[in-house]
Amino acid sequence: MTDPDDAVARRLDANAAAGPLAELFTVDLTVAMATCAGCGNTAPLAAHPLYAHAPALVIRCPKCAAVVLRYASGGGRLRLDLRGARLLTVTLDGAAAHGLSPVQ
Amino acid sequence: MAGTAIRRRLSWQRADVLAVQREARRAYRLSLRPPDWSGHLPGQHVDVRLTAEGGYTAQRSYSIASAPQQPGIELIVERLEDGEVSPYLTEVLRAGDLLELRGPFGGYFVWPAGDGPVQLIAGGSGVVPFLSMLGHHRATGGLRQVRLLYSARTFDDLIGQAELARQPSTVEVTVTLTRGAPAGWTGLTGRVDARLLAEHTIPPAQEPEVLACGPTGFVEAVANALLELGHDPIRIKTERFGATGGP
Amino acid sequence: MSFVSRGFTGRRRAVPAGRLPPGQYDVGDGFPVLSAGPTPYTSLDRWDFRVRGQVDEERRWSWAEFQKLPRESVVVDVHCVTSWSKLDTRWEGVSVDTLLADVVTAAEFVVAFSDGGYTTNLPLADVTDGQAWVVDNYDGRPLAPEHGGPARLLVPHLYLWKSAKWVRGLELTVEDEPGFWESFGYHNYGDPWREQRYAGD
Repeated sequence: MTDPDDAVARRLDANAAAGPLAELFTVDLTVAMATCAGCGNTAPLAAHPLYAHAPALVIRCPKCAAVVLRYASGGGRLRLDLRGARLLTVTLDGAAAHGLSPVQ
Repeated sequence: MAGTAIRRRLSWQRADVLAVQREARRAYRLSLRPPDWSGHLPGQHVDVRLTAEGGYTAQRSYSIASAPQQPGIELIVERLEDGEVSPYLTEVLRAGDLLELRGPFGGYFVWPAGDGPVQLIAGGSGVVPFLSMLGHHRATGGLRQVRLLYSARTFDDLIGQAELARQPSTVEVTVTLTRGAPAGWTGLTGRVDARLLAEHTIPPAQEPEVLACGPTGFVEAVANALLELGHDPIRIKTERFGATGGP
Repeated sequence: MSFVSRGFTGRRRAVPAGRLPPGQYDVGDGFPVLSAGPTPYTSLDRWDFRVRGQVDEERRWSWAEFQKLPRESVVVDVHCVTSWSKLDTRWEGVSVDTLLADVVTAAEFVVAFSDGGYTTNLPLADVTDGQAWVVDNYDGRPLAPEHGGPARLLVPHLYLWKSAKWVRGLELTVEDEPGFWESFGYHNYGDPWREQRYAGD
């Protein structure tokens, strides 16, 4: 019960949020670069730590741990909080190559 | 055009379960045929949803094990003792059932484009997306250098033994067992650390794309050791999976 | 959606009628851990509990001082908004009545604040009169960090997100200030028996 490994194991990569975020976005948001509104750190959203076992998906800054994005679907509504992301940059070529044209 | 493609892949669909077969001590291979599937990138995952009478649902993500060139998709699910979804998928689900899923998802942790060397590092069932990547590499006759370092508990825990045994000469597979090896084992034993990485992975000087997948603790230890060895963080991609058994 | 996964029951189990709020299931012996961030590990010599905000005078207890306060044991059912409930949980700690005794205030609300930045808001009337505790012991043992140790708030008549883990104090406020989940569309009050999961429920 007190094994810190348990706490570590509850942290995932935001890569795992690709499905839920696709309920709202037409591009694969996990390949976007996200800039933390708190510390300015920029990294692919997929490489951010994700806490998926909370009432909502909580994505935090890999550098300062501030909340960058919150997303939830429940009660017949989708809710998105992007206050913690100063900027999201989607590379269209990348999005097209990765998200829209699967290997046949 | 793209819009309809996206919307189609977003919606939940009911895949035919063709087979559920034991893959390793705690892992089972699910062969599925989704009715509407336009292919996937090696390394992508699907979301699986279970629904009980009364509407209670539980949802998890699983990496696709099969290569895009293969018909249908295969998932490999590790049974977690206190899990809610994995015991169902490994013990209750059987051929002839329907399984709700959506996807494929995730364009980040996928087979890297280009011809440069690729180093894959797997802990436990973290090898699953790499089976898809290696299958793709083999099917496309790729010439780039590929190495896989795969850490498993015991020999009986090894996932994908059949696939890993039939790799082309461009692919080198190194297995290390962390909790004891059978008599006659000639592979490595012990945990993946900086020393083992230095000896059995593509050196940073060759600038490989490095993908590491496994339990959170494993991936973080590997990522730190890779940085120590001098790999550029920009070429390291990780995928952690945690205690997915919780509600 | 009429689809049912053959043979899937989830973790639900039979419980006496009336024991579970609507839409909840009994998690049994399990105690799920839900976290929205890294588990903070605050050493006890740096831990304190504060009552601040709209108060005549700020209160502060060190861990040692907190341990000397009168203690209470409670056995309660807890209900998580993600739909699991856990019955007959045993806790020990200090009543919020004790912590707010003699505090002179015009506040009608409190914001519980925690290590790691978590906050949750409650009406002052819901944490007084024997309805809320700051607990540091679960099932006879010191409260584990993953369940909110060294100490968490316990407000069992509301959804469990109101029972802030890793709590470090209460801020008394005149205006209601939505906390971490309340500002994200979760219900401001969170009564499980009225199934107040989301704003508007």
